[in-house]
Amino acid sequence: MLNRGYYQGFGGAFLPEILYATFDELEETFRAAKNDPDFWRNYEQLMSSYSCRPTPLTFAENLTRHFGGARIYIKREDLNHTGAHKANNVMGQGLLVKRMGKNRVIAETGAGQHGVATATMAAKFGFDCTIYMGEVDVERQRPNVFWMERLGAKVVPVLDGTRILKDAINEAFRDWVSNMDTTHYVLGTACGPHPFPEMVSWFQSIIGTEARRQILAVEGKLPARIYACVGGGSNAMGIFSGFFDDPVELVGVEAGGQGLDSGKHASRLCSKDASVGVAQGYKTYFLQNFEGQMKETHSIAAGLDYIGVSPILAYHKETGRVRFEAATDDEVVAATALTIRKEGVIPALESAHAFVQAFKEAPALSPEDIVIVNQSGRGDKDIFTVADAFNDPEWQKFIIKKAKAYNA
Amino acid sequence: MLENYLKEGLKERDILLMTHIVLGYPTFEQSLQIIEAMVKGGVDLMELQIPFSEPIADGPVILSANQKALAGGVTVSQCMDFAAKVSQSFPIPFLFMSYYNILLKYGVSRFVSVMAESNLKGAIVPDLPPEEGQEYMEAMKDHKLDPIFIISPTTSSERMKYLASVASGFMYCVARKGVTGANTDFSIQLQNYLNNCRKATPLPLALGFGVKNKTDIDFLKGKADIAVIGTQTIRLMEQEGVGAVEGFIRDLR
Ligand SMILES: Cc1ncc(COP(=O)(O)O)c(C=O)c1O
Repeated sequence: MLNRGYYQGFGGAFLPEILYATFDELEETFRAAKNDPDFWRNYEQLMSSYSCRPTPLTFAENLTRHFGGARIYIKREDLNHTGAHKANNVMGQGLLVKRMGKNRVIAETGAGQHGVATATMAAKFGFDCTIYMGEVDVERQRPNVFWMERLGAKVVPVLDGTRILKDAINEAFRDWVSNMDTTHYVLGTACGPHPFPEMVSWFQSIIGTEARRQILAVEGKLPARIYACVGGGSNAMGIFSGFFDDPVELVGVEAGGQGLDSGKHASRLCSKDASVGVAQGYKTYFLQNFEGQMKETHSIAAGLDYIGVSPILAYHKETGRVRFEAATDDEVVAATALTIRKEGVIPALESAHAFVQAFKEAPALSPEDIVIVNQSGRGDKDIFTVADAFNDPEWQKFIIKKAKAYNA
Repeated sequence: MLENYLKEGLKERDILLMTHIVLGYPTFEQSLQIIEAMVKGGVDLMELQIPFSEPIADGPVILSANQKALAGGVTVSQCMDFAAKVSQSFPIPFLFMSYYNILLKYGVSRFVSVMAESNLKGAIVPDLPPEEGQEYMEAMKDHKLDPIFIISPTTSSERMKYLASVASGFMYCVARKGVTGANTDFSIQLQNYLNNCRKATPLPLALGFGVKNKTDIDFLKGKADIAVIGTQTIRLMEQEGVGAVEGFIRDLR
């Protein structure tokens, strides 16, 4: 391996020996693709014909008026095929799988978005597909499981550990070390051993490149701030990538769960419950105890419910280039409701974390200022969680009736 | 250091045995009984695994042992104390096996000096390739402890030589792709692979992953120097109790 993928001490590749050659091959394939302008052109072509790229940048006129401060724009990653930014990464990795001549893909999934995106890519490209998903997530994201199976993927519920995203990643690695000759592991976020953080961020940079061009076209100037939710960090890295060299404040919003003091959250970069460690093949801030055992995490948004964070974001945290905040579950539900009512767009609960912070700050900014919120995904997948959070009585009646019909 | 001990042992026996246990599983008391039984049964050296919440190189049996140990409240400092006690009271060398985060959080150089004080002889850290292990390797060297590195069937011969150049004690050759616990095919391919390992290093070769019984060990005689029994004794202990361990080990050779 030529480049060990370090970002001032974060990152690296802490790999079992058995995967060393596989990562050499992946690194080589990725490097060749990155240096080949045709590869990116093909990728953009694929994303415009199969997904919905470029995704629109929507002016949130009513929210802007409501808060009376900065002009609020929403980058519409929810309009990607399969409803989230995950498609950007998955289709890109799919092209690499073709180059490597493999015929099977595996992936972890939390919210299920990445699993659905991977299963879709596998169906389109004709790959076999297995998705690992923590049992807890299988329960809270049943509709996505349904679609993965329809798309031909095998969904394996993971019963080990805390039975959420991190455990699904461990299981995917265990599959990979047995089947690497035929199989590529489509990691879903900008984490894991090198080259994944760089590679996933590169595919997601399509968001930031578009957003920069779009805001300059409509407003003729750069935004003051950009907000993105941070699970593993891929949608945030994606939109931020377009603006790292600009005088634009970048704000990453983590899952504050029931509050940073409650211990029930998934905030690695804003809470004192995290420290630097090595797990799942890379070095970053992890939610772990003082002896290095990982803690349980919590978020209303399954896609943010993860112990680690992109090493590239950990580095930007240290340098101060990116500011990190946390949004609680309650704030997220309120911001989701407001966004739906005011703008008629339905953000995923993950994405709503970014809205929370934008709503806190927009009123204090001047009407001359612009902010962009990255709507990483659409919220209809969360209908069960959102309906519960809204305590919707008609929905509950419907579910009970539906269940009765199945029992009959 | 380990290499001499192993070479002396190989003068007396045609293959040596290394076993693996997860510390604190099911309890520390039983860990002690298992070690006693294994030493009586004739093992030549032992790996003591400090449980970790994310053991990505381990299969279902060892994974579940890690999780149950942690759920039972096992801590790293208890493991360190326990290891010091056993390595001072049994006449065989003990190695630590764990994942890098455990060392990192303890403090790599502190971890290594406690190992040395406690009479442990080496360590196996499966998620720490030498490229990432500068600090660890230097500390091990300073304390005359052996950092054991792993060779796999996917390792190129060039890389085997590199691994051999930084390793000491012995080389741990994994028998096949995959995680611990699954079946291994004891075949001509395995023999060829061990021949290639042998060409890359003068260090003794341990062969692990999927070694279950006397037939497997007979196959390995003359091809490897150490047979590693991991998952199989955990399974045995779970199914038949600690009492079955000593006889099982004795009958392996
Ligand atoms: C809609 C949506 N947004 C955000 C995330 C979090 O991932 P990341 O931080 O990599 O963008 C997920 C993960 O599943 C997601 O589904």
